Amino acid sequence: MKWELKNMRPGFGEALVELGERYHQVVALNADLSGSTTTAMFDAAYPERFFNVGVAEQNMMGIAAGLATTGKIVFASTFAMFATGRAYDQIRQSIAYPKLNVKIVATHAGITVGGDGASHQMHEDLALMRVLPHMTVIAPADYWETKKAVLKVAETPGPCYIRTGRTNTPLLYDEDYKFHIGRANRLRDGDDVTLIAVGLMVAKALEAAEELEKIGISARVENMSTIKPIDKKMIIKAAKETGAIVTCEEHNMIVGMGSAVAEVLAGYEPVPQRRVGIPDVFGESGESEELMEAYGLTVENIIANVKKAVSMKR
Amino acid sequence: MPLEKIDYWQDLDANLPDIQNTAREARRWIVKMIHEAGSGHPGGSLSAVDILTALYFRVMRHDPENPLWEDRDRLVLSKGHSAPALYSTLALSGYFEKDELLTLRKLGSRLQGHPSKNKTPGIDMSTGSLGQGLSIAIGMALGARLDRKDYRVYCILGDGESQEGQLWEAAMAASHYKVDNLCAILDRNQLQIDGPTEKIMSLEPVFPKFKAFGWHVVEVNGHDLKELLRAFHEAETYKGKPTIIIANTIKGKGVSFMEGSLKFHGKAPSKEELKQALEELGGDA
Repeated sequence: MKWELKNMRPGFGEALVELGERYHQVVALNADLSGSTTTAMFDAAYPERFFNVGVAEQNMMGIAAGLATTGKIVFASTFAMFATGRAYDQIRQSIAYPKLNVKIVATHAGITVGGDGASHQMHEDLALMRVLPHMTVIAPADYWETKKAVLKVAETPGPCYIRTGRTNTPLLYDEDYKFHIGRANRLRDGDDVTLIAVGLMVAKALEAAEELEKIGISARVENMSTIKPIDKKMIIKAAKETGAIVTCEEHNMIVGMGSAVAEVLAGYEPVPQRRVGIPDVFGESGESEELMEAYGLTVENIIANVKKAVSMKR
Repeated sequence: MPLEKIDYWQDLDANLPDIQNTAREARRWIVKMIHEAGSGHPGGSLSAVDILTALYFRVMRHDPENPLWEDRDRLVLSKGHSAPALYSTLALSGYFEKDELLTLRKLGSRLQGHPSKNKTPGIDMSTGSLGQGLSIAIGMALGARLDRKDYRVYCILGDGESQEGQLWEAAMAASHYKVDNLCAILDRNQLQIDGPTEKIMSLEPVFPKFKAFGWHVVEVNGHDLKELLRAFHEAETYKGKPTIIIANTIKGKGVSFMEGSLKFHGKAPSKEELKQALEELGGDA
């Protein structure tokens, strides 16, 4: 498939500037990564509402929480590693527990961070965030979905985590796309199996579905951009109608989106499920595409897992 | 309770016996509620109670009838384990009935072991995991500045807590942002769970440390209400820097066998100990 590529991150920065114009309560914080996270755009437009706290993520989450208590709509941004790893307790204690209106928008999640290596490759963020009560967890699949999700969460009070990546990703949507929190988006119909994917794996799932069609397997593709609250209805429907599920994510296979899907299947409509994701290991340096190959985030691996899942159908 | 600010500094002696009595009554409730709960932290509650009394009964602008009043002064109890001191001060201020204090730590109670913002009227922020409160207070102070409001933010820190790194990230940021509407109070009672702070991980010299971090620093006897009130007024009038009041206190202050006692950092008094404590504290609450 030939894709038009675009980086997701400016979707965040542009949406933030739009929100700044619309709501005087919107404030943004950053921890010395305003260029990479694209929050520098907000700084340029609304410097009095922008706080760069320096390399101090824990303090950033605390200040974000304090601002939220005064009625602000707060966006706090840094790399996924430092947002959810370094400042986990601050998010838990000071944002999730008091249910404050802080939107944590993380960039540079996953193995596609590339050359920086394991210290910067965050594969656990969806797991860490989805186990927190009160937290909404979103991982958009492209530039447009990022933009629409950021605009949407600003109107939805409460703590929220949005995950984006570093690299350019295929454009799946356009300006007319309507993003709904908690609702998966079907990108392809199919009857034999459902591919439930998230983030940059959505495009891979679409590519896999096209290949599968050539060998007579009709694969449905759902973009599960909200990991929490999970779209239970869609999962049960997919299980009933297609009888097999393959989940695809750029995340540790433990407790990520695939596990969230498995939890629903186990309780409501047990059907075979295979998970494509990063194994339970730390990453390493390399080019993004090379790393995706090396860690099994490939069309081939999705196809192999689909075959396995379909063969397990009763 | 003062809805509008009162000129407490004009005559620091006015009503002093009243608030001394209030602090003593709060102490009685602290030991009673922790005894009833069967667990909790009497030591650090008793060391912080004079600070809280000065704030809620003289210094802060707040309204127990309207706990979420937009223009109220805020308080973040960063050393969240001193919750009993805050709860008793809030109850005595009229945020809820005093009898409710005896539900502390019980299932279904609004009074959690550590402060919970959405459960208890008058609690401005959930705390408990140490070292986080000062960052929150900065956020509140910046919020006031953005909204051009004149409320002030108070943050009570523990000395053991000051070993947390985040507190120093916040100390740096507070002076960077020049939040002079923020006043921190260090409850310097010299003890943490495992022993004296200076033996476990020394905090001294704490005065020059905060000075070097860009703060206006004042040192007082944290059990002398007059000295505390004078310091709070100084903090209000000092512009361009946040103020920290280093309040030298005694852990367990007011109950002889709890004073300076490690044992009562986090242990409830027995029935006999409660009886003795109440006798020492006098009054009839």
